[in-house]
Amino acid sequence: MTLPFLLEIGTEEIPDWMIPGALENLRLLFEKLEIPHESIAMDATPRRLVLRAEGLPERQPDSEERVLGPPKAAPPQAVAGFARKQGIRPEDLAVETTAKGEYYFFTRKVAGRASKDILSEALPGLILQIYFPKTMYWTAKGGPRFIRPIRWLVALLGEEIVPFEIAGVHAGALTSGHRRLGAREIAITTADYQERLRDHYVILSAEQRREKIRKELTGVRIKPDAALLETLVYITEYPTAITGNFDPQFLELPEEVLVTVMRHHQKYFSVEDERGKLAPQFVAVMNVDADSEGFVRRGNERVLRARFNDARFFWETDRRKTLLARKEDLAHVTFQAKLGTYLEKTDRVVELVNALGGEADAVRAAELLKCDLTTELVKEFTELQGVVGGLYARADGEPETVWQAVYDHYKPESMDDAIPRGRTAQLVSLADKLDTLRGCFRVGLIPSGSRDPFALRRASQGVVRILVEGKLGLGLHDFLDGNQELTAFFADRVRYYFKEHRGFAYDEVNACMASGWSSLADLETRLLRVQALRPTPDFEPLAASFKRIRNILNQAGWQAAAPAPLDAALLEAGPEQDLYEEYRRISGQPIEHVISKLRPKVDLFFDKVLVNAPDARVRQNRLTLLHTLLAEFSPIADFSEIVTQS
Amino acid sequence: MQSFQDIIFTLKRYWADRGCIIQEPYDVEVGAGTMCPETFLRVLGPHPYRVAYVQPSRRPADGRYGDNPNRLYKHSQLQVILKPTPADVIDQYLGSLEAIGIDLRKHDIKFEEDNWEAPTLGAWGIGWQVMLDGLEITQFTYFQQCGGIDLELVPAEITYGLERLTAFLQVKDSVYDIEWTPGFSYADVRYRDELQYSVYNFEAADIPTLWKLFELHEGEAARLLKLYNPKDGDKKRFPLLPTYDHVLKCSNLFNTLDSRGAISVTERVGVIQRVRKIAVGVAAAWADQQFAAPQREVAQ
Repeated sequence: MTLPFLLEIGTEEIPDWMIPGALENLRLLFEKLEIPHESIAMDATPRRLVLRAEGLPERQPDSEERVLGPPKAAPPQAVAGFARKQGIRPEDLAVETTAKGEYYFFTRKVAGRASKDILSEALPGLILQIYFPKTMYWTAKGGPRFIRPIRWLVALLGEEIVPFEIAGVHAGALTSGHRRLGAREIAITTADYQERLRDHYVILSAEQRREKIRKELTGVRIKPDAALLETLVYITEYPTAITGNFDPQFLELPEEVLVTVMRHHQKYFSVEDERGKLAPQFVAVMNVDADSEGFVRRGNERVLRARFNDARFFWETDRRKTLLARKEDLAHVTFQAKLGTYLEKTDRVVELVNALGGEADAVRAAELLKCDLTTELVKEFTELQGVVGGLYARADGEPETVWQAVYDHYKPESMDDAIPRGRTAQLVSLADKLDTLRGCFRVGLIPSGSRDPFALRRASQGVVRILVEGKLGLGLHDFLDGNQELTAFFADRVRYYFKEHRGFAYDEVNACMASGWSSLADLETRLLRVQALRPTPDFEPLAASFKRIRNILNQAGWQAAAPAPLDAALLEAGPEQDLYEEYRRISGQPIEHVISKLRPKVDLFFDKVLVNAPDARVRQNRLTLLHTLLAEFSPIADFSEIVTQS
Repeated sequence: MQSFQDIIFTLKRYWADRGCIIQEPYDVEVGAGTMCPETFLRVLGPHPYRVAYVQPSRRPADGRYGDNPNRLYKHSQLQVILKPTPADVIDQYLGSLEAIGIDLRKHDIKFEEDNWEAPTLGAWGIGWQVMLDGLEITQFTYFQQCGGIDLELVPAEITYGLERLTAFLQVKDSVYDIEWTPGFSYADVRYRDELQYSVYNFEAADIPTLWKLFELHEGEAARLLKLYNPKDGDKKRFPLLPTYDHVLKCSNLFNTLDSRGAISVTERVGVIQRVRKIAVGVAAAWADQQFAAPQREVAQ
């Protein structure tokens, strides 16, 4: 007979973003117990982490343990003593022949442990082992640590309680309902658990909560926001969506500001009209079943009104001064202690924009770039830095290319985010990021492990993406200060980008980067060529031959510098001469056109010709031929880096 | 309609009924109820304590000349400390909202992650901001550390924003329209100090004088801390509470200088460290004076 198992860890409200990770962690910890089970299901709300498993055995299977006794030749007292110790009579002992001779043996039957006992022993430690980014203690110093206080525990194996205790809380069969709509103590069984919770306004399944919200959103044109939806799913036990309105007058404020207030500060969905413009509406998700008297809607509307009034107040205050007039104030804003103020950074960025070939608009944008740091609006909505600068620049009448460059300069903020719009914005954004990277590397602020306080990985990833996707034909190496650590750091980011983000095979990336990677746009072109060539029938064999050539050259201690010129007279008639002539025919042509002609010649050469010829001059000449061949395609990639099947 | 002061009476009564000492506001200017000795020093050590008090809290940078409907230079916090935290603390807290007439079945309450930290006090805790129909009405914190010391008993700190809460209950869009008591609005009582302190903090305060005052108070706190001797048999007499007042003075002067724009971002970190140093010094000395053997149990 097998049993169902239910574990519910009842807590105070867990931060939403930690819940999915904690559940996964709990599952792994449970599986490590190695109690057989047929299935396992994980669920959570802000106030409970739940593990349900089906098909646990009542006890582990019985096992046998063999106990070695004295040798057969031992005195009878020793044998009797051994038997007594095992709790049996001496005549019940077995004798077996081992490599060392005949010995008494006793086979002890060990009863399998009850699953309940194993769980009872393991669960307290297991629960407290669940990983959370930040934990607390709540009983007293030295007490257990968890993400928030544990207030109740349910642990049932079949119909029985698995007894254990954490922080004075004993596991039982009582769960707790919704804070306001449900009962405090609800008796449950493994069979009716989810249903009973539902009766007490707890929707246990995140998927069902998500669906409920989605269903209630149909008919309203909300701006899709998957991350916000997830947050709402995990801060509610019984989500219900309601729609509220705000005064259309606020639509005069920039949409970005309104959306940020709604999204980040109030966790509301924004609503659009048919033309995709922001509508004076919002959707809030409550943690109750209904708002029949409209209290919640009116309350939220009032809060939003106050927030929008604040934003308007900041907007109007900031507008009393032009963005450019704020530049001098940047002398009082520190960028980084060793790297000076934002005014100094601005000067460096302007210089770098010039060096990158930026025109007048780019220089203008660079000057305005950080001026929004002194605005009230950015102090209030730090997540809008850059964007706010762009909005004020636009309001100040700056040309579109200028304000867009300011607006976009923190982009791309993630791998999925778009790069800045247009070449001017791209150059300005590059200059800002490169300045940060160069400065930080110069003063030793280099990311290590998970420590990257200045988000330099993101900045460098941004540089890579802008150079590649903006197709800017700039030589990255010219702007790295000759800093070797920074160059190595970038090499990693370039590799990461092409492998993880663009899906190139690692050996293709290695092969192409070995031929240089200062111009990333050019690197991309070469990668695309190699990727397209790869499935053609001649590619892998040729790559294998190139690897062979590389090995031969390496073994021969070949120095690429100043090789003796090829002496055609020394070439042997047959495959060697054929290969040379083929090389002369194809030299200078794209590899795509010649690969099928070249491959058989190379194969034949290796088949018939001994590179390591006894005559030193012939040998040297053959090495030169091979090197010449390798060099012919090296501007595209070092094909010997390709990992072949054979 | 419940007036501002009715709400305060009700909440004080509610917490008094749950074993809290009802204290009066501390008489040295502070930025938050947490900074009062009734919280900062009482949370240290092994002795249970429960206290509630209204604390006018000064945030010079938040002043808006009385123009902004939601921002105040000085707002009123109701500060509740329950040490150690009772297991039903959240139910007790929700009960206090019911007590002031909020029918929780008709409103939306959420507990959203918000960990609190006060670098100048070497204090931090884990908790939430409590949202009522989208409005933050309370900061709820389980203290973990105070004055750089891991706490022996974990207190719950419940901090109500009284103006916001009242504006919510009275359905007012501006805190200035709150009815303090029939016949008197919040503006009648408080507008003048919002205006004048904003003028002082943003325009009139003399920066060199403030720095001088800061240094005097810092110096006095440091001088006293140096004199404190843990081995002194008479150490219970040592004036650590007055020393702490000088720490509070420094903290408020720092905030004023900050709002006056007199502290650059670079300097900021350094000044915070200076205040923190004396705050942590007082906490350490206090823990020794009150709780270290071989003294008798604290008699307070």
